[in-house]
Amino acid sequence: MMPDLDARHLLCPLPVLRVQERVAQLAGGEVLTVRCTDPGALNDIPAWCRIEGHEVLQARTDDAGEVLVTLRVGSRAGGDPSRGGRPR
Amino acid sequence: MEHTKRKALVLLSGGLDSLLAARLMLEQGLHVEGINFFTGFCVEGHTQAIRGTGKPRHGALAAAEQLGIRLHLVDVVDEYRNVVLNPRHGYGAHLNPCLDCKGFMVGKARAWMEEHGGDFLVTGEVLGQRPMSQRRDTFPIVARESGAFDRLLRPLSAKLLPPTLPEREGWVDRDRLLGLSGRNRKPQIALAESYGLQYAQPAGGCCFLTDENYTRKLRDLWASRGERRYDFDDIMLLKVGRHLRPRPHFKLIIGRGEGENRFLEGYRNRFLHLWAVEHNGPLVLVQGDIGEDDLDLAAAVTARFGQGRDEPRVRVAAAGPGGAAGERVVRPLAPHELPVAWYL
Repeated sequence: MMPDLDARHLLCPLPVLRVQERVAQLAGGEVLTVRCTDPGALNDIPAWCRIEGHEVLQARTDDAGEVLVTLRVGSRAGGDPSRGGRPR
Repeated sequence: MEHTKRKALVLLSGGLDSLLAARLMLEQGLHVEGINFFTGFCVEGHTQAIRGTGKPRHGALAAAEQLGIRLHLVDVVDEYRNVVLNPRHGYGAHLNPCLDCKGFMVGKARAWMEEHGGDFLVTGEVLGQRPMSQRRDTFPIVARESGAFDRLLRPLSAKLLPPTLPEREGWVDRDRLLGLSGRNRKPQIALAESYGLQYAQPAGGCCFLTDENYTRKLRDLWASRGERRYDFDDIMLLKVGRHLRPRPHFKLIIGRGEGENRFLEGYRNRFLHLWAVEHNGPLVLVQGDIGEDDLDLAAAVTARFGQGRDEPRVRVAAAGPGGAAGERVVRPLAPHELPVAWYL
């Protein structure tokens, strides 16, 4: 499967930064897949999704050792960080 | 109600102090969000990620998740260059422009807050903890040069400092802030334990510009170019591998282990690179312009750091950025043929 976002050869925190930038252009409900070579992305991208309210559909390392994360953009989409905080 | 809460934007580094500062704000019922800047010199999980050891994790993300707050990651690599190259207040022990850096980051956070909303800024600074940027006489410089002025609150040392706007306005209860000072970290560690917070490291170590080995390589890079400039790949590659400069006009970056070799592979299309064909060993990148004689030397160094180092002859391949490869057979250098002065 080809990724929507190729973040290979980028190191922490650039994969998360690139996902943040891309998600800012997407609407709620849209799906994004990102492929990374930094193993930390397996933790960091899902962590970012959790605090931003996006759903992680898969987060795994494939046979080639690359990290694949698929997320569904949450309702607080559009990337405007001023829309308020995470409900607590 | 959420919309009536004052909003504090915390500069979250991933270290202990800013984690506690954010926690203190949450305790006062404020709406708290974090902001974190990527300068290119951040240590973070880079070394672990490159070497494939440990469990890399972005410190500020982990802190934000623990606190249950949003975190805004901001790429400032390009703008940060001027801070590194032209610090108004000079450098610390190495190439660390700590005071300029703090003013820059608080200024960026202020600008972000003005664009996206927020009432005041928070840092984890502790009076007297850092020799350059966290002093009674430099705190006002950061507040002034960042443009934050009295919208900048330092909750960990607040009781030792003049009241800021959020304290005077009653958005924050000054009595519930702290009066910490000095380099002793025991109070912070005890506080983190009382809150049940986990943190990456007790102090410092978050910026390569404070690292003697790293900054020696950065100075060498500038000297070899005859000017003080760098691009993003330069500062990434300074974090990886052994760096040897056998001749003034070229340098070798030698992968140490599988993880670093894999990382360096990402640069094969931009640098001349060498590797031993029949033995396990490093991928070696060449930075600079080299001739045929130099290439023999680079191949002999490449052979030296591979498993064929004790063989009389080793086959080494070299390929340019275009991918065209050639091979040569060389005698691996003996240990005494690698002068200490080559190591950066």
